[in-house]
Amino acid sequence: MDVVAKPKFGKNFGSYVLLTILALIVLAPFFIGLWTSFLPTMQIAKGNFLSTDLSFQNYIDAFTQTPILHYLGNSLVISTVTMFAQLLFCSMSAYAFVFLDFKYKRALFVLVLATMMLPFEAEIIPNFSTVKAMGLLNSYSALVVPFLTSAFGIFMLRQSFKQMPVELKEAADIEGLGHLQFYWKIVMPYNRIPLITLGAYSFLGAWNQYLWPMLTTFSNAYRPVQNGLRQLQSEETFNDWGMIQATAAIVVIPTLVVLFVGQHYFKSGANEGAVK
Amino acid sequence: MLKSPASNPTAGVHSADTQAKIEASEKTFSLNAKDKYYAWLFLGPSLLILGVFIFYPMFRTLYLSLFLTNTVGKPTVFVGLQNYVNLLTSADYLNSLLVTMVYVLGVTAATIVLGLLLANLASKQLAGIGIFRTLFSATMGVSVSVAAIFWLFIFNPSTGFLALMSTWLHLPVIPWLTNSTWAMIAVIITTVWMNLGFTFLILFGAIQSVPRTLYEAASIEGASSRFQFFHITIPSISPTLFFVSIVTLIEGFKSFGLIDLMTKGGPTNATNMLVYRIYKDAFYSGNFSQASAESLILTVIIALFTLLQFKVLEKRVNY
Repeated sequence: MDVVAKPKFGKNFGSYVLLTILALIVLAPFFIGLWTSFLPTMQIAKGNFLSTDLSFQNYIDAFTQTPILHYLGNSLVISTVTMFAQLLFCSMSAYAFVFLDFKYKRALFVLVLATMMLPFEAEIIPNFSTVKAMGLLNSYSALVVPFLTSAFGIFMLRQSFKQMPVELKEAADIEGLGHLQFYWKIVMPYNRIPLITLGAYSFLGAWNQYLWPMLTTFSNAYRPVQNGLRQLQSEETFNDWGMIQATAAIVVIPTLVVLFVGQHYFKSGANEGAVK
Repeated sequence: MLKSPASNPTAGVHSADTQAKIEASEKTFSLNAKDKYYAWLFLGPSLLILGVFIFYPMFRTLYLSLFLTNTVGKPTVFVGLQNYVNLLTSADYLNSLLVTMVYVLGVTAATIVLGLLLANLASKQLAGIGIFRTLFSATMGVSVSVAAIFWLFIFNPSTGFLALMSTWLHLPVIPWLTNSTWAMIAVIITTVWMNLGFTFLILFGAIQSVPRTLYEAASIEGASSRFQFFHITIPSISPTLFFVSIVTLIEGFKSFGLIDLMTKGGPTNATNMLVYRIYKDAFYSGNFSQASAESLILTVIIALFTLLQFKVLEKRVNY
């Protein structure tokens, strides 16, 4: 018994050491960033990385001297609107492709799928002109309107709608539910897990936008947080490492909290999206 | 089974019995005819948005790429494929293609290898392993500008973390971001770090779904864990590996934020990748026709990889 147990413990001990080292490497940038966010920029500039002169001064400066909260607010508005719009329009489209019968259904679906091949990054020139012509430059609308729907979302929801039991539709027909009622009262609640997954993806997608907001917003009033952080780095705060790290921490900490709390949903969603 | 007509909104004046008959007789005709209007209602908004912001721009980009354009992006002289010829014979553009390839392949290879390593370790049945699973997925919550700030400080040549470490250890300070080769490596490291959380989660999920009996049987046969990893885990999750690789490749080709934040394409074009180039050529130099041709080349590259990805998805659908 002892002979069997010993190498097993040794093996596990090795695994724990390796896991801990890897976790430290993965987390190191967080630790380094968080640590320097508490150091006065003077100490960072002098290379006193292990200074014990820690304070919340950088955070106070970040909140009072930079529009970081405003940037966060902008991103929150843009991401929330984008998320709800995609949940609505993607689910409506998916519903049409699964439960409605109409001409050119197959062709339209292939067309929607085909848009997944076209990168938005390669279409910024005409899109910039379009948004400009619509008079939407430097507004929330410029950042939301092009992303009101997504081919990926339509495709993903179609896959889950298709897996609903046929009996549900039959029962709804017998009950005399119209399409609007069936969509809203049965299909949407039934598919809440894929909808939550899509919601998370679309929220994060909007939150992480960088190129498009950089082209279409020029003032802090509408600038989302990713571009706001860039703005802070290029402004007078350029070498104020302590405060820059504090702004990064202010941005990343809420996301990490949401991520860890929502881990359960993310995990099931990520696994659903993957191939077996 | 049927509700009374009063509570059935579509039943109207018909009795339940006639209603059922009408439904049965009309099912194939009038219901489908009605579907057409619902289809417009349900699909309309999405088709409009996709049409205006995805389809139209592609044709417009193709159109612009066949012309010379003025400084506000209006086409002036038709030049056919000249913009493409110019690009594909320009050492500068070929360099951009090359550095993008190096970046994309470097990022994908490193992301997959490290993601696999983490996912395989986190799949062990150990007490407290859940904590490591959570920690390994942490970089999923990091956006591009936060990652850039973290790593710009780490790579900073004078006061950065790695520079300090090198000084303490009396090692030469690596010129991250100011030397062509090191700048590429720095950008790759940062991208891999950002990718790791997502890749880990997907690969971990795939490994979890490999039947445990396969490993038990192999253990009884006396197969080492290394043998099990290469002969059971890898083949079982190969569709996922392929899928994740292609997603990573595609995201790599579209990289823009980190380049803009960390290197601005430099030093001396060493990280001047395809999307950053499009942005510069169009919105700095005002060369919209050339930038359009570059956009179309990028579209073709990404479309090819996406088609490959669809092949995998298709397999999964038929599973």
